[in-house]
Amino acid sequence: MSDQTLATLKLSGLEPLIVTPQSNFVNVGERTNVTGSRAFLRMIKEGDFEAALAVARDQVEGGAQIIDINMDEGMIDGKEAMVKFLNLIASEPDIARVPIMIDSSKWEIIEAGLKCIQGKGVVNSISLKEGEENFIQQAKKIKRYGAAVIVMAFDEDGQADSYERRIEICQRSYDILVNQVGFPQNDIIFDPNIFPVATGMEEHNNNALDFFRATKWIRENLRGAHVSGGVSNVSFSFRGNDKVREAMHAAFLYHAIQNGMDMGIVNPTMLEVYSDIDKELLEHVEDVLLNRRADATERLLELAETVKGDGKKREVDLSWRNVPVNDRLAHALVKGIVEFIDEDVEEARQQFTRPIEVIEGPLMDGMNIVGDLFGSGKMFLPQVVKSARVMKKAVAYLLPFIEAEKNGVRSSSGKILMATVKGDVHDIGKNIVGVVLGCNNYEVIDMGVMVPFEKIIQTAIEEKVDVIGLSGLITPSLDEMVTVAKEMERANLSIPLMIGGATTSKVHTAVKIDQHYTKGQTIHVLDASRAVTVVESMLGQKKELFVNELKSEYTRVREHHEKHRGAKQLLSIEAARENALKINFKQEDCVAPKKLGITQFNNYPLEELVPYIDWTPFFQTWELHGRYPNILQDEIVGKEATKLFADAQEMLNKIVKEKWLEAKAVVGLFPANAIGDDIEIYSSDERTQVANFQHSLRQQTKKAAGQPNIALSDFIAPKASGIKDYIGGFVVTTGIGLDAHVERFEKDYDDYNSILIKALADRLAEAFAERMHEVVRKDIWGYAVTEVLSNDDLIKEAYRGIRPAPGYPACPDHTEKRGLFELLNATELTGVSLTESLAMLPASSVSGWYFGHPEAKYFGLGKITEDQVADIAKRKNESFEVMQRWLSSVMH
Amino acid sequence: MKTIQEIIKERILILDGAMGTMIQRHKLEEEDFRKGWFEDHPKSLKGNNDLLSLTRPEIIREIHSQYFEAGADIAETNTFSGTWIAQADYGLEKFVYDINYHSAKLAKEVADEWTAKDPDKPRFVAGSVGPTNRTASISPDVNDPGFRGISFDELVHAYKEQVNALMDGGVDILLVETIFDTLNAKAALFAIDEVYEERGVKLPIMVSGTITDQSGRTLTGQTTEAFLISISHMPLLTVGLNCALGASMMRPYLQVLDQKSTFGVSAHPNAGLPNEFGKYDETAEIMAVQIKDFLDEGLVNIIGGCCGTTPEHIKAIADLAKNYKPREIKEV
Repeated sequence: MSDQTLATLKLSGLEPLIVTPQSNFVNVGERTNVTGSRAFLRMIKEGDFEAALAVARDQVEGGAQIIDINMDEGMIDGKEAMVKFLNLIASEPDIARVPIMIDSSKWEIIEAGLKCIQGKGVVNSISLKEGEENFIQQAKKIKRYGAAVIVMAFDEDGQADSYERRIEICQRSYDILVNQVGFPQNDIIFDPNIFPVATGMEEHNNNALDFFRATKWIRENLRGAHVSGGVSNVSFSFRGNDKVREAMHAAFLYHAIQNGMDMGIVNPTMLEVYSDIDKELLEHVEDVLLNRRADATERLLELAETVKGDGKKREVDLSWRNVPVNDRLAHALVKGIVEFIDEDVEEARQQFTRPIEVIEGPLMDGMNIVGDLFGSGKMFLPQVVKSARVMKKAVAYLLPFIEAEKNGVRSSSGKILMATVKGDVHDIGKNIVGVVLGCNNYEVIDMGVMVPFEKIIQTAIEEKVDVIGLSGLITPSLDEMVTVAKEMERANLSIPLMIGGATTSKVHTAVKIDQHYTKGQTIHVLDASRAVTVVESMLGQKKELFVNELKSEYTRVREHHEKHRGAKQLLSIEAARENALKINFKQEDCVAPKKLGITQFNNYPLEELVPYIDWTPFFQTWELHGRYPNILQDEIVGKEATKLFADAQEMLNKIVKEKWLEAKAVVGLFPANAIGDDIEIYSSDERTQVANFQHSLRQQTKKAAGQPNIALSDFIAPKASGIKDYIGGFVVTTGIGLDAHVERFEKDYDDYNSILIKALADRLAEAFAERMHEVVRKDIWGYAVTEVLSNDDLIKEAYRGIRPAPGYPACPDHTEKRGLFELLNATELTGVSLTESLAMLPASSVSGWYFGHPEAKYFGLGKITEDQVADIAKRKNESFEVMQRWLSSVMH
Repeated sequence: MKTIQEIIKERILILDGAMGTMIQRHKLEEEDFRKGWFEDHPKSLKGNNDLLSLTRPEIIREIHSQYFEAGADIAETNTFSGTWIAQADYGLEKFVYDINYHSAKLAKEVADEWTAKDPDKPRFVAGSVGPTNRTASISPDVNDPGFRGISFDELVHAYKEQVNALMDGGVDILLVETIFDTLNAKAALFAIDEVYEERGVKLPIMVSGTITDQSGRTLTGQTTEAFLISISHMPLLTVGLNCALGASMMRPYLQVLDQKSTFGVSAHPNAGLPNEFGKYDETAEIMAVQIKDFLDEGLVNIIGGCCGTTPEHIKAIADLAKNYKPREIKEV
């Protein structure tokens, strides 16, 4: 065979891919890889294969000549996901045209994948790690399936980390493949291990150089064989500094290709053009890659600081760097310092025989200190979340090593499934609980938001989880939790069910959920700090005692609730209407808006919103209790609150300056009059055509003498009065653009910033609602042109008019959002949509009605009775059952 | 006696023509498909041509003989649907071994008779391995593109059973043909490779794909070259094309195989495209003119006919091919 034929690698999808010595470098797409892309992992976990296919299509359209597919992730069934994805790809000619690289460390996934592809693909990868026999068997099978193969430079003694070991293993692998298996030479692709450089460890200085030399040797000595590798590894030490990483990748590729590397896994968005690299940076990078000078690493690190663009020099006390590595790890965990974690973990790894021991030893010791400090109130949530980030980074560093060795299974204290229930999009609380549990060595399977019960139960069974934790914020989620409990019973589960989230309560759990799940125990968890204690009790040896106590407590709660229920007197809806609030309406109090109809705001300047932020709830999110600004001086939490506030300010600055989020709003003002408990909203001031209704619910609690039973409709002049009155509505959001940033943080294992940005986006949305209300009062409606208020007054709502939101105390009926959104054409104009449970998506959104009468005030609806539910069902043209479901949380 | 690998370098080999077209001439009825074997079978069997090797073996023998007489070097066994997957429609999964074994055996007997008559022209039997009626790369349910009606493992299982029976019956070659889904073909090759390893015997393998339309792709969307690459992991006697299109439309794709293949190249086109009655109109003469182009260009090592061809077609082709040198097989 000629050298040309022998050196030609032929692959195929629907179309051929021929790699000859004259071909350009073959770019393997790497985004359809759950271990490399959080976004892709999420799609696969959520079963969103449509989106996953779009990722694959994007890559092919973007020029990937092969697509690497990897489903190696503990939380998914890798084999099933691989098969399903490959089968779907087969139906997409614009994806299937390129060859597939089946990437897995598990042979069964590789083999399952090989059974799905009609073209000639590539297996990534096999090696001598588990001995010759295994290697030969797998190679024989791969040949029989008709695929090319990537062989890792890895043998029974471990991964090749020097030039000599690389060529020794590659030679041995090659000889076995060619002579014993009869594997075609040109179908062999070596991956001679791309390892990080500039780690600070002297033995890593030759990592790149050894790769280049080994590549050259392979191409010269192992006839026909090709060389590939995952390039991003090389710049591992510079994570967080993309500029340096991009330069390193480009320079590395340049030299690797010169030496004969002909294909590789490269993220095209993380790649600088070699000739465009800043000369000084290039010189420093190449000094490191080619190990040209002893101080190359220090020099590059130094330069890296300046090219980061940040340039801020802070005095940092680094004396803790001098203590032994275990203490350094503990320090980093407690203090939440990520800076040195990779090198410290690497150092620790060298001291243990198995990488898993670093996690089980020093890292868990450190986390135990964090857990103790948190448990004893010496650390606070923001710190714990930062510690968790350090832990996650440490684990992420170790993971490749753990996966590289067999049986590297981490022992956890238990598996917890966490999910925000179907219809709900709020996840800050759930994420915090997940972090706290993770810190305490529980394995958390986070299923995300809007998770239907089938998925929860299926995953619980498949993953053999020990506890299910449900979260939700809006009231319809309470009902969905009942459904999950019923379904768990039906599925014969008996694991504990934890309930959490702002609208959940011990009473609701005891009265509405607990009795539907008799095979296992349901338990309400008040906040994140209790989660660990609860889980420990539910899974520990004293579980029985704990459950018994819980059962009797819930029984007491139920009995008390029953009694209380009997004691509380509610009026019939007719009687309540008799006692309605009767405002003496005058035309001058019902001011005609300056501008009727809809006003839209796009790209509202975020800087205008910052002064309107109410910070107290922000601290509550982090379980730091106290009023802002006093909380900053608080004896106990003051220090942490101050730090958190500083972090928040810093991020807020970036959000505003770099326009991370987009603020959009629509407000509308309309002619309206009340008819009974309904408000008719007219399309024009002619008042002939009803555009929509606001259906109010009326308080039914028996009131003290002279106190009215209020409904929102009481604040609008009755039609019969002949007075022209008006109502307004609004939808605002600051959640557009949020996902990308959350994803960015999560990709970096940075729960702290991911939670921080969500909490800030929520605050901005509330601030936006406040600001819009002001604009409406002073300008668009214009009934308070001369109003002058301080922010404190704003927060105290010391102004005329109210903006009750559907789903909140004055108007607990979420279904009112439908009419409101319709009236304002809100989804189209703001991008905010409603889920099946009528949660707003994106989550950082606020909607509500405007009432402008001087006597309009906030109130709580309290409990209502079936007769009002039947009545409003009729008014809304809905069935009683449907309305009962929506209003169950306020029904007596 | 020379092996087929040697002979293929010396001259163009002639593959036989259609089995179905010849069977149709006999105007067979339901009882012909049952005779002696399936008298009480609950399902209708008419049209399940593979069964005739059992129930009317004399007809099949006669057809093989007619093709050999016309000049064919290679006869295909009457086993195009000889897998449990294809036979499942008739409820005859259990008779797959008998179908293949007896089909192979009777074809081999006829071949041996002809070889004895003219030892300078040894006759061979190719075990016909069809595509089955299910596809591993396409979902039968348009609403669920991830679904599959058959798995790779099931195909391997079915093909192993067929290949073992064909080899027991004495075939000289295995012919994986009418490939519309390369994944099915890869399963067949996988099965063959396993059987070879288990039996310690390796027969030459012919692989023949089907280009279904003029875009030049298989039903599952592969180009001719992608198809070639996908099945090149096995050492093949020939790779080729058959069925679907007539000879003239097949030519551009044969040219691709000629240029890219390191194996021999085969072609067994239909006698043109079927007319509105499902009959093939191209006479032996018309087809021979088109085949002449293949020969002039030196595209093939093995040539024969698929649907609609008869001993007359094969004779015309054989008479023509005698005058030509075979395609040069580059390097193996």
